[in-house]
Amino acid sequence: MADLKDLKEGDSIPELKITPDKYLPHRYAGASGDFNPIHIDPEFAKAVGLPGNILHGLWMMAQVARGNAQLAGGDPRALKRLSVQFRGMGFPEQELVISGTVKEVSGDRVVIDTVAAQGENQVIRNAQAELSAD
Amino acid sequence: MPVKTDAIGKQWPAATYEVGAEKIREFADAVGAGSDVHRDHDAAKSAGFRDLVAPPMFCVVYSARAMGPAILDPDVGINLAAMLHGSQEFEWDEPVCDGDVIETTATCKEIYEKDGKGFHVFETRSTNQDGKQTVKGTWTNIVRGV
Repeated sequence: MADLKDLKEGDSIPELKITPDKYLPHRYAGASGDFNPIHIDPEFAKAVGLPGNILHGLWMMAQVARGNAQLAGGDPRALKRLSVQFRGMGFPEQELVISGTVKEVSGDRVVIDTVAAQGENQVIRNAQAELSAD
Repeated sequence: MPVKTDAIGKQWPAATYEVGAEKIREFADAVGAGSDVHRDHDAAKSAGFRDLVAPPMFCVVYSARAMGPAILDPDVGINLAAMLHGSQEFEWDEPVCDGDVIETTATCKEIYEKDGKGFHVFETRSTNQDGKQTVKGTWTNIVRGV
């Protein structure tokens, strides 16, 4: 995990870009067990006042986790803590961009401020990830 | 109508989840976690894991069973139709591997009202078959129009 140790305060992390396809929410529903129809049924979503079916917040959080874990080559041990605030609705078939800035480096621990956005729509704000290079 | 706060401190019975290799692979595919350690037993072992290892966010799969009864409890009184997932925090410890048996306990930590919204904060703690903590979760649900 040499890359982590090279990070300095203020550094930007490499962006992670992913465009969830139309059926991604169905696959994530099966994988996670969250079959709330607002995520998988466009007609139901519209009936309750949404523009269409929306991405699972925890799937978007998993992308924030991945964007940070890639700094450690995807090692699942590196991510020690992740906190997020869900502040917008995400939609399938729109590119999601995970970006972040190193907030703090202390010893072998790195804290990264992260945002997830679709265009101008920040779906996750004030996300903070703590990674360890140990 | 003020939010009901009777449930603060309430803890629900532990929920057990048995981790399996195919569920780990399915979850890794759905979230795009590309590493071989989530798919191949030998790759995981040679990377130092006990066995095929779950991506960190797999914690939502085994924690959900403990959170369900908490959110649905009439003592908590959440109007599900008006509920939003406001924020989420996880702190990870021991990795979760194929064959692990995870027990998760949910506790209601806080209920309060702010700007006409109800905030319901739950904590989950998950431990494996060796008594090692795998994750601590803090789940904040917001209910509009209380």
